[in-house]
Amino acid sequence: MISARRLGKRFGEKPVLRGVDLEVADGGFALVTGPNGSGKTTLLRICAGLTLPSDGELEVAAPRARVGYLGHEPLVYRELTALENLDLYGRLYRVPERRERVGMLLERYGLWDVRHDRVASYSRGMTQRLAICRVLLHEPDLLVLDEPYTALDAQGAELLDQQLEELRGAKTLVVSTHDPQRVEPLATTRLALT
Amino acid sequence: MSYFADVRSLARKDLLLELRARDTLPAMLLFVIAIFVVFHFSLPSGSSDLAASGLLWVAIVFTALLGLGRAFVPEREQHLFDGLVLATADRSAIWLAKASATLAFLVLAEAVALPLFALFFHGIDGSTIAAFLLADVGICAVGTLVGAMAVVTRARDLLLPLLFLPLAIPILIGGVGASVSDDPARYLLFLGLYDAVFALLCWASFEYVVAE
Repeated sequence: MISARRLGKRFGEKPVLRGVDLEVADGGFALVTGPNGSGKTTLLRICAGLTLPSDGELEVAAPRARVGYLGHEPLVYRELTALENLDLYGRLYRVPERRERVGMLLERYGLWDVRHDRVASYSRGMTQRLAICRVLLHEPDLLVLDEPYTALDAQGAELLDQQLEELRGAKTLVVSTHDPQRVEPLATTRLALT
Repeated sequence: MSYFADVRSLARKDLLLELRARDTLPAMLLFVIAIFVVFHFSLPSGSSDLAASGLLWVAIVFTALLGLGRAFVPEREQHLFDGLVLATADRSAIWLAKASATLAFLVLAEAVALPLFALFFHGIDGSTIAAFLLADVGICAVGTLVGAMAVVTRARDLLLPLLFLPLAIPILIGGVGASVSDDPARYLLFLGLYDAVFALLCWASFEYVVAE
């Protein structure tokens, strides 16, 4: 699914990623770790097609519409409700049976009762749950998750654990985290950036 | 047809955001009213209708600039470009939707501004209204592209007018010409041509503006 060779990225003169190799097979689970500033986010953005690499070769066998990206920002409109946000993304991704899918995700992530509330009124953890719903909405083939456990409470983290367990093998995942023990048993590929 | 479904969904979202936040249209209305009041008192008594017509166009262009400056604020503040870029099959749909929403705000602002202008200065004829409708399309087409380029820079507040105003000069020439000339048809034709050429250019180049 992903084949990266000697991948590099510079912002101006500053290199943020140098000579990274990454191979992830279909249905594989790549765990990316590293300290702050090691280039995890940049690598994940490159894998998602949001940033172009400066050096190296990259092949991603999933079209843009089949990628689900969870970044540091939830990528939802704060002035819209959870339902409106997911409805918008569902329309853009042309999700079949959109309403049922949206309802199922909101129910699963405990947001059904607040679906008509504006996201601006949500806590950071609730917003992260909504962001996860957004990523899963179109059932992407490749999921790129940058620090997905950020701001989640114990129950939210457990829901995400279950979700990743279900997705393992069926979808290709690239996950970066500061807490690798949490997803270590699921990983098929490990990349430690320095 | 799915392209236009994307445009409709995105434009609907922009209208909904404005309905909730109300931070673009009211600002445009207050601005254009304030400009008319300033012009009313700053123009010497006995000034010609031609001068007032020119000022009307200046007021509308700067009012549009205010709206264009707000167009991508939600996407910038909440870093939403990533989400939209991944979700849309054709990224130009983002441009077309945003231009359409801005056009709606501008037409609404003009629906208040033009009668007000008639009250303060002089009446407005059909060719001027036609010129405004054509000019609005060009302003929103070009301004939305320039707005998307400016919004990702640190000097966005400076860059938008610096990039947009030179590109709006032909619109002003065509608009003022249609308002004051005895033969407005050729100016309206010029505005139509400008709209067609620049809308096509903006539509085709938006993909590269949001590439990274």
